[in-house]
Amino acid sequence: MADRAGAALTRPVDAPGDGELLPQVRIRHWGRVVAGLAVLAVLGLLFQAISRGDIDYASIPALLTQDVILEGLVDTIVLAVVAQAGAIVIGTVVALMRTSANPVLRWVSWAYIWVFRGLPVLLQILLWYNIALVFPAFSIPIPFTDAYLLDQPANVIMTGFLAALLGLGLNESAYMAEIVRAGLTSVDRGQTEAAKSIGMSPAKVLSRVVLPQAMRVIIPPTGNDFINMLKGTSIASVIGFTELIHAANALSSRSLAVMETLLAVAVWYMVVVSVANVGQYYLERHYNASIRPTGTRGSVWAKVGGSLRTPPFMRSSR
Amino acid sequence: MSAVAIEGAGEGAAQGEVLVRARGLRKQYGSLEVLRGVDLTVRRGQVVVLLGASGAGKSTLLRCVNHLEAADGGEIWVDGVPIGFRHDGDRLHELREKDVARQRAEIGMVFQRFNLFPHRTVLANVTEGPVQVRGVPRREAEAYARELLERVGLGDKVDTYPDRLSGGQQQRVAIARALAMRPKLLLFDEPTSALDPELVGEVLAVMTELAREGMTMIVVTHEISFAREVADHVVFMAGGVVVEEGPPEQVIGAPQHERTRAFLARVTA
Repeated sequence: MADRAGAALTRPVDAPGDGELLPQVRIRHWGRVVAGLAVLAVLGLLFQAISRGDIDYASIPALLTQDVILEGLVDTIVLAVVAQAGAIVIGTVVALMRTSANPVLRWVSWAYIWVFRGLPVLLQILLWYNIALVFPAFSIPIPFTDAYLLDQPANVIMTGFLAALLGLGLNESAYMAEIVRAGLTSVDRGQTEAAKSIGMSPAKVLSRVVLPQAMRVIIPPTGNDFINMLKGTSIASVIGFTELIHAANALSSRSLAVMETLLAVAVWYMVVVSVANVGQYYLERHYNASIRPTGTRGSVWAKVGGSLRTPPFMRSSR
Repeated sequence: MSAVAIEGAGEGAAQGEVLVRARGLRKQYGSLEVLRGVDLTVRRGQVVVLLGASGAGKSTLLRCVNHLEAADGGEIWVDGVPIGFRHDGDRLHELREKDVARQRAEIGMVFQRFNLFPHRTVLANVTEGPVQVRGVPRREAEAYARELLERVGLGDKVDTYPDRLSGGQQQRVAIARALAMRPKLLLFDEPTSALDPELVGEVLAVMTELAREGMTMIVVTHEISFAREVADHVVFMAGGVVVEEGPPEQVIGAPQHERTRAFLARVTA
């Protein structure tokens, strides 16, 4: 030891690594500069092209608040929220059937998913909307009396809203069933056993232990689906339901400002989708907070920006 | 460790009375017979250690006692109640899961992998059973939970989440969670097998303390020294049957059966 220490001391000062710390030259990221310049050039060209287009941009803000457009906006939101909420409830029930010990329930839930996920949404909406052709009236008689709980012509009941709600909601419920099932199976079996070992009933095991942990897996794809649902309501324009697209068509067929109206509608879709993103961010944070109390916390706006940069998620069935 | 008495342990009955009686237990997975007619008797206040190589059926036997596994044949009676069944006249009627849950509330269990609820704090893990299952008022449940956590040496960790704790600390929380239900019986399924060697001692110390206070315990473990020093009764299993049983000085000190000797030679080597 003494020898080596002595050797270190007597080593010549110009040996590699001795002497002053040397200045360091960092890598130049030329690629980033080139990419930035290219993007600026493309944007410039695009802006020039857009400014030369035959379109009246100044009219768009006024179109945003046209009565028809606002009505379409409200209808879009109501349809999407009700359809998604229904899909979450039905999907959870179907997922529980799917993971149940009861073989009959397992088979029924499998068939449910097979049918409602397999058929195109547009077809499902058209089938519901035209149901009056097959069943002219819906009636539910009260047994042992002459009275009816429900007795109405099908055309009165099956409005555009209901047909769209059933078509979109039931299709989505099949997807939700798979999402919830993935969430349920993601929770470690040891959690269920621990919950049982302290005497929890099956309902408590589910509500207190399994579901809260499954939420972390369930929420992100559900948020994704809800955004899809918001946009998917546009299919309901086919049966004359006044959601945003139908409202835009109605308006522009009179004003002939087609592109202006469509762009106004585009603005509304982006606003609604962004609000949904914020909601999803808070939900995710809520369910992650208890698991990772010191988890990352960026600003809301950073998260929203991040979501907006993500390319839209497309599904083969839609 | 403070001197808070564990309620439920050995309460109101003389030590020596039979608490657990298993008769002719059989269990098979597919063609694999895991239990081939096992009998087990545990008296109140006793610590019974189940020894044996992996695959001997120890854990399955333990999991049958609180009906996490349903036996294919045989009976288990805990404190005069047939587990998984309702005794009616000369028949046993199979119980629904909801009713089995009521029987399980009387039997605590500690798992190899701790299985704490990761979405709840240490305190909430311990109060979950009393509040949700027994309907104990939250304040009362929290007071008792704090006592128990103090006892297992984690009084300063009540507001922590489980993933911030070491394995040994997590397992001690799991023991407190089981004790919070004031169980008649505690089951331990290899409680130290998932721990780093230096953390085994702190968990065994808590278990030894519980045994000293008269808690009835069935312990599956490979810790031979724990079995020798703490157990009142040692059961050696192999191939789904009980090969040999008796006091530790007999089964571990002077094993009669060749398989017992071979096993002990392997684990103590």
